[in-house]
Amino acid sequence: MFNSSPHQRASNSVSNVMLQVVYAAIPGAAALFYFFGWGVIFNLITCISFCLVSEALTLKLRSQPTAAALKDNSALVTAILLGLALPPLAPWWVAAIGSIFAIVFAKQLYGGMGYNPFNPAMCGYVLLLISFPVAMTAWLPPAPLAEQSASFTDSLSLFLTGRDLDGYYLDTYRYNADGFTMATPLDQLKTGYSMGFMNDELLSHPVFTDFAGVGWQWVNLAFLLGGIYLLARKIISWHIPVSMLIAMAVVSALMSLYDSGQTIGPIMHCFSGATMLGAFFIATDPVSASTTTKGRLIFGAGIGIFVVVIRNYGGYPDAVAFAVLLMNMAAPLIDHFTQPKVYGSPSKTPEVHD
Amino acid sequence: MNRGNDIIFHSSYQIHGGIHPPENKAQSNQSPIQDLPIPPQLVYPLLHNDRPLTPTVEVGERVLAGQIIADGKEATSANLHAGTSGIVSAIEEHSLPHPSSDKGQCLVITADGADEWAPRSALKSAFEQPREALLEHINQAGIAGLGGAVFPSHIKLASQVETLIVNAAECEPYITCDDRLMREQASELITAIELVLYLASAKQCVIGIEDNKPEAIAALEEAIQLRKKETDLDIRIGVVPTRYPSGGEKQLIELLTGQQVPQNQRPSALGLLVHNVATLYAIYQAIVLGQPLISRVVTLTGDAATKPGNYRVRLGTPINWLLEQTDTQPYERCVMGGPMMGFELKDLSAPVVKATNCIIAAGKNELSEPSQALACIRCGECADACPASLLPQQLYWFSRAKDFEKTRDYNLFDCIECGACAWVCPSHIPLVQYYRFAKTEIRAQDEEKRKADAARKRHEFRTMRLERDKKERAERHKKAAEKRKNAAQSKGEVDEKKATVADAIARARAKKKAAKDSSS
Ligand code: SF4
Ligand code: SF4
Repeated sequence: MFNSSPHQRASNSVSNVMLQVVYAAIPGAAALFYFFGWGVIFNLITCISFCLVSEALTLKLRSQPTAAALKDNSALVTAILLGLALPPLAPWWVAAIGSIFAIVFAKQLYGGMGYNPFNPAMCGYVLLLISFPVAMTAWLPPAPLAEQSASFTDSLSLFLTGRDLDGYYLDTYRYNADGFTMATPLDQLKTGYSMGFMNDELLSHPVFTDFAGVGWQWVNLAFLLGGIYLLARKIISWHIPVSMLIAMAVVSALMSLYDSGQTIGPIMHCFSGATMLGAFFIATDPVSASTTTKGRLIFGAGIGIFVVVIRNYGGYPDAVAFAVLLMNMAAPLIDHFTQPKVYGSPSKTPEVHD
Repeated sequence: MNRGNDIIFHSSYQIHGGIHPPENKAQSNQSPIQDLPIPPQLVYPLLHNDRPLTPTVEVGERVLAGQIIADGKEATSANLHAGTSGIVSAIEEHSLPHPSSDKGQCLVITADGADEWAPRSALKSAFEQPREALLEHINQAGIAGLGGAVFPSHIKLASQVETLIVNAAECEPYITCDDRLMREQASELITAIELVLYLASAKQCVIGIEDNKPEAIAALEEAIQLRKKETDLDIRIGVVPTRYPSGGEKQLIELLTGQQVPQNQRPSALGLLVHNVATLYAIYQAIVLGQPLISRVVTLTGDAATKPGNYRVRLGTPINWLLEQTDTQPYERCVMGGPMMGFELKDLSAPVVKATNCIIAAGKNELSEPSQALACIRCGECADACPASLLPQQLYWFSRAKDFEKTRDYNLFDCIECGACAWVCPSHIPLVQYYRFAKTEIRAQDEEKRKADAARKRHEFRTMRLERDKKERAERHKKAAEKRKNAAQSKGEVDEKKATVADAIARARAKKKAAKDSSS
């Protein structure tokens, strides 16, 4: 066997990179669990099982080595990202269908790891959102606001059968303490705007007692924490998350200037919904993102702009998945036009750093 | 360039990319350079940069140390000298120190133990000699770039430049031969620098060195200061951060000057000349000591080396002799060169050559095993690390798909094969291997095309010539025919003339006769 130079390597590997992503998701997952209960865990377990099994089976069908591919942990990451994005206590088959679609269609049919143009988890998520809009938007209220929260056994029963042990449907648990059905803060605002309410009236709702919505802001801060860990470990580079967040803040600030009464403000945008999960965990998926430095900045900014625009004008409450998929489509083109200047190629002026 | 009165300056320019592999230099840079005993047999590949050398001695002949034993007919090769006195015992196939571990023609000298030297011819008062004399002296001494490229020095030195850059970066992990040389032979190196400055009519010299060699920097500074007391010299030390591959020629130039060598051009395009420390020392030896290039400093290191350090080794010394003499323990693998750009030696009877700067006798788990490469995840780590600002993953993609046109578009030939991309790749893809493959294929295709073109030209020429011959022949035939016709015609005319003349004569005769008749 011929060994080519270099004869040493950095001690990184795909499986370790992926594992770090899993670790970094722990604070966010914990926050979700704290505020939304057992459903989060059930979703994760279901997604992980279905993703790994689908991955193994499709690899078998494609007669590819199974063990090595599973060890790269990429299916695990897809499973966790999808699991974290699903509403807790949605029926189990929602998670199952999403997982199978993500792995089989969005990943393996394109050739498997490294060849998929779209982020598999987001493909699965969007498929579910389009197919089961009701189940996919039925978020529970965060624990401090909920009138009653489901016990472990009730949760399990709801998850598996759609009813709790006493035969009540999920909707029972979606009431706030004030007796209204719960929507996510973003949902609440959008519905409010469409009914003609203004920000001052809407933001007085208990959901918004803190700076970006009870529960949700903590979930976002937890994902931000995980994101900072990823940055510190150099698992991801800053370009995509930072450009995405800045784009979101700038665009939403401009829109607020234009119409302060009925647009979502920058803080709410950045710390609500799937923003931080999207910025640090989803948009940074290397396979489907842009690879050049300049390209990453454009890619991230594009996602940020789409998120704000779709959240404000689109028909769905959140927009991260759509925005990511849209920019996935643009990534090859962005890469093509942002190739770095090769050493010694003409019109290069020296970089001076002092 | 940062101008200041101090000898040492810290450059503020940067290169794109680069990596920080573990340095692993402390194992071998602690002790002074030692002489390695001369082996019983010295082996000289009759090759320089893959180009054949012609032996100038015959089997059975006795040679002296420093005597030329082979010379390069080609412009890109350099003379080869006997490393010690002895008998030329064979010219035969022998393992080459080459990534392919092929065998090739080698000249073998069996040492006689006397180590008797051919008369050494130092160049007296070199600074008063014409440049040509110095160049010829360097040419005769067989000096070639000892940093690894082994390009003949006298050719490189023939160009006139503004600035000499001494490549003292020694950025590759493990290797410390230049470091030791600078610590121990600083003033000799300064003399060599002065010689080269004179040769290249250069005004100034900058020694580019990584900041992980404080002892070498101090030694050089002292030597420069000392020399400055005697003469007016512009030699400065440009310290660059330790970061692989700062010692790449183009990278070092950018680090020190902020300028990039234009694509497909040489540093002389920027008025620069770059020489490596070991090469300069060889120039010193040749001109001042009259000693051709017959030895070099080689770093022996690696976990299996019980006596790691730097050794002055006669060229032609088999690697296994070096390992034996230094009690090197059983090793897992043996690499010639550094871990980033070196190659694995399969056959240790291969000799030390001019390009050999380091031997790593690696212990268990010291070098990474080739592992199962995974698919590229497009993480872009490789592009971030590439000092040439290439897109390694695209090059990999296209090389693998054998889309060689595209690899060219993506500037494959600007790749310096430094291995930074492969070092960082989390999918453990042997990227450099793909680039070498693509380059070889493209070169082969180009060669093929050149040959085909030449053949087509030849064919066209031949057809043209045949055509022309045919035309000429036809022309000749036509001309000949015409000539014949003309000849025939003129013959006719002559006949006519003859007839007329005959008529006239006859008529005259008749007249005469008539007159006669009438008169009589
Ligand atoms: S470092 Fe390896 S996996 Fe990452 S983009 Fe480059 S080639 Fe692909
Ligand atoms: S080996 Fe070539 S492509 Fe890879 S980092 Fe070095 S110059 Fe760039």
